[in-house]
Amino acid sequence: MAMDAATIERLIRESLPDAQISIEDLRGDGDHYAAQIVSAAFRGKSRVQQHQLVYQALRGRMGTELHALALQTSAPED
Amino acid sequence: MDITLQDRIRTQISEAPVVLFMKGTPVFPQCGFSAAVVQILSHLGVKFKGIDVLSDPAVRQGIKEYSNWPTVPQLYVNGEFIGGCDIVREMFETGELQQVLEEKGVSIRV
Repeated sequence: MAMDAATIERLIRESLPDAQISIEDLRGDGDHYAAQIVSAAFRGKSRVQQHQLVYQALRGRMGTELHALALQTSAPED
Repeated sequence: MDITLQDRIRTQISEAPVVLFMKGTPVFPQCGFSAAVVQILSHLGVKFKGIDVLSDPAVRQGIKEYSNWPTVPQLYVNGEFIGGCDIVREMFETGELQQVLEEKGVSIRV
């Protein structure tokens, strides 16, 4: 099963409204993506916690509908 | 999650200082992401225990609930969840992984 990039972006934005999101479809198959996400919500959190916020936003789709989403997360620089 | 499954996972995590839940075995990884983490650990000369989730469906599902993390591989050092493939790779590139391993008393090849 696959998911389009716009859906991924919408789900992330619903949970992290301030996020700057850039998503790349790595193989053009709608199943392997890389996302760079910058959000103030990540400030003071470990990488594990930052990625968990993104996975929560995807509401159970990661690891099921969505096979591969390489994540790079950070907080905006002041 | 089932208490016995949770206990079983907790035991697996504590069986070695460095434990990797992965698809396949360290010698024959069955997934590119698992292979990438094996490669990093091997490059650093880190001794680790690989646990093949493909051979144990209960653990395959259970480990995701245990760590609130939806994917495999998952790397644990001294019982602490360090991250999946992206985080391990990023930490390796910045040198943080080497630092964390040394701080936790795991010997690495420099």
